[in-house]
Amino acid sequence: MNIVVCIKQVPGTTDVKISEKTNTLVREGVESIINPFDVYAIEEAIRIKEKVGGKVTILSMGPPQAKEAIKEAIAMGADEGILLSDRAFAGSDTWATGYTLSMGIKKISSFDLIICGKQAIDGDTAQVGPGVAEALGLPFVAYVRKVEEIKEGYIRCERMMEEGYEVIEMSLPALITVVKEINEPRLPSLKGMMRAKKAEIATWTAQDLSAEPANIGLTGSPTQVVKIFSPPARPGGEMILGEIGEQAEKLVARLRELKIV
Amino acid sequence: MEYFLTDEQKMIIELAHKIAVEKIAPVTEKYDESGEFPWDIVKVMSDADLFGLYIPEAYGGMGGGVMELVIAVEELSRICGGISLSLAATALGTFPILLFGTEEQKKKYLPPLAKGTKLAAFGLTEANAGSDASGIETTAKKDGDYYILNGTKQWITNGGEADTYTIIAMTDKKKGARGATAFILEKGMPGFSFGKKENKMGIRASATRELVFSDCKVHKNQILGREGMGFIVAMKTLDQSRPGVAAQALGIAQGAFDKAIEYARQRVQFGKPIISFQAVSHMLADMATQTEAARALVYECSRLIDSGAKDVSKLSAMAKVFASDVAMKVTIDAVQVFGGYGYMKEYPVEKMMRDAKITQIYEGTNQIQRNVIAQELIKEQASKK
Ligand SMILES: Cc1cc2nc3c(=O)[nH]c(=O)nc-3n(C[C@H](O)[C@H](O)[C@H](O)COP(=O)(O)OP(=O)(O)OC[C@H]3O[C@@H](n4cnc5c(N)ncnc54)[C@H](O)[C@@H]3O)c2cc1C
Ligand SMILES: Cc1cc2nc3c(=O)[nH]c(=O)nc-3n(C[C@H](O)[C@H](O)[C@H](O)COP(=O)(O)OP(=O)(O)OC[C@H]3O[C@@H](n4cnc5c(N)ncnc54)[C@H](O)[C@@H]3O)c2cc1C
Repeated sequence: MNIVVCIKQVPGTTDVKISEKTNTLVREGVESIINPFDVYAIEEAIRIKEKVGGKVTILSMGPPQAKEAIKEAIAMGADEGILLSDRAFAGSDTWATGYTLSMGIKKISSFDLIICGKQAIDGDTAQVGPGVAEALGLPFVAYVRKVEEIKEGYIRCERMMEEGYEVIEMSLPALITVVKEINEPRLPSLKGMMRAKKAEIATWTAQDLSAEPANIGLTGSPTQVVKIFSPPARPGGEMILGEIGEQAEKLVARLRELKIV
Repeated sequence: MEYFLTDEQKMIIELAHKIAVEKIAPVTEKYDESGEFPWDIVKVMSDADLFGLYIPEAYGGMGGGVMELVIAVEELSRICGGISLSLAATALGTFPILLFGTEEQKKKYLPPLAKGTKLAAFGLTEANAGSDASGIETTAKKDGDYYILNGTKQWITNGGEADTYTIIAMTDKKKGARGATAFILEKGMPGFSFGKKENKMGIRASATRELVFSDCKVHKNQILGREGMGFIVAMKTLDQSRPGVAAQALGIAQGAFDKAIEYARQRVQFGKPIISFQAVSHMLADMATQTEAARALVYECSRLIDSGAKDVSKLSAMAKVFASDVAMKVTIDAVQVFGGYGYMKEYPVEKMMRDAKITQIYEGTNQIQRNVIAQELIKEQASKK
């Protein structure tokens, strides 16, 4: 079973700043971590490998320092990693990111399962996983909370719903995105950390991927970010006090005053 | 301070720190209350390869030495000096096999200990033989190719939880110190059972238990070294393992200091953070100085042992005495810095103060360590003339 896990390096703080010039995140001086949901994806991939054998390849698109995130995944037990890095990828939206990752996966060529975290904590769109599957023309299940069975050409998993869950069967190759209920990620091992330190992370550019220039980076991104801002805090509501009857009267009077009724 | 650690040693610290903060910190209080054995954390440490740090690669370990063990124990003890002992005491039970085991014994016993799927323990102390180990009364009577063990060991760390035990018993009382022999025993052997589990002041997450031998039949292949070498095995083992206790003490001291300085910066009395009072800041200055001095001594001693030096008793005793006295003093001061809060179980430092005390007592009390240091000094002086 060859598994590809797509991971993203994100700022490890909730106190993110947004550049007024570029409308993107300011990453300088901020500690980076693996997107927390992706850690569950890595763990699930390693568990599947431990059960049925195979190889876990980590794939990430990002600046050169994203190699650190890939190495962390190797320290946990992934076998190898590939970084898609090119100035031409800068400014990618979810569509362009999905396209670029799909080109990376095509180049990896031999894979049965792709696992992504359900969403990244910086963008919070939950679109990239499904986007990759669409770009590759593969079936996918999002919000997987359990892999019940997996074997050559077949997976059965549970998709988490608002209430309860669905059991879905799917043929492989396919893509799943996972929620944090799926497992408890392990810490790295010392042997893993030593392997990660020595690991060579291949870097593939737009040219290596034979990516269509019109589909990557800012040019390939249909989404245009006009402005990013923190919405003002909601002002506190108005409390109407008194006996029930009294409250009702005051409420109606207030609604009339506001010309709502 | 710069200790010129290797990249690998820095990795060990990073990993042990992660385990301590993410896995151990949430459960220290639970295990301190219940006194249960923390098998879930042992599993985490085992998956992380920590049990193999000081064991050669040929036996499934990571190929490091005492220094690698010490930095891991220190880092874990910053958060819990009780849970970290499952690792340090396994090392205590493993050193005799590493130092005196035959190739066959090493191949059989070391791999599961290196993986951490099995734990080890070391049994010397008895009810009437503590500081004076020569007073042990457990006997091993020769019977053909076997020895028959009878007696009770007391206060054995990892007792009942470990699978592999190194035991010192008298094979020939008449020969005195030359009449003791070290055996490897396995949990589950007929005639080998466990007695009372102690209810302790501190390190409550560590199991301290009696080992009971009644006509326990052990094959002569289980002897470590030769018959009559029991006390040599014990003394050489303790020389190697003392830096581990010292590291436990060092970690507890560092952990208490970490909490104290954080608290002193945020606690406001008389309109100012208490750290702005010289009486408090000088206390913190002393705590930091003593802890750093202990670290320098413990690391130096560990490196000396790893260099293969023969005579390590003096430095090993010095490291143990100094680090454990520092741990006691620093934890008492940490409680003082916390004021009334420090006395409360809701705050972490009262546990650290209870945990620190044992480091002045076991693996040779600090009085006995000073005896060892003094004897070595006298020897050194005598050899000068
Ligand atoms: C929690 C715990 C875990 C332990 N784990 C282990 C273990 O895993 N394996 C093991 O074999 N043992 C273990 N021990 C035993 C420990 O090593 C002994 O408690 C220790 O060696 C002291 O012996 P004692 O308690 O009998 O004290 P004693 O020897 O009775 O000493 C009492 C006091 O007299 C002092 N004293 C004694 N003789 C002298 C002297 N000649 N000069 C100056 N002062 C002296 C001592 O320093 C001490 O202050 C453990 C003990 C505890 C409490
Ligand atoms: C078991 C227990 C029973 C108690 N019983 C009672 C009771 O019956 N009635 C009651 O009223 N109180 C009681 N107390 C409260 C006790 O008197 C206070 O805990 C004590 O006065 C210290 O105050 P604090 O804990 O707030 O420490 P803090 O005042 O926060 O002190 C923290 C540390 O800073 C130091 N410090 C503070 N200010 C200065 C300064 N200006 N210069 C130098 N050092 C300074 C302190 O010495 C201490 O080391 C009790 C406390 C305990 C733990």
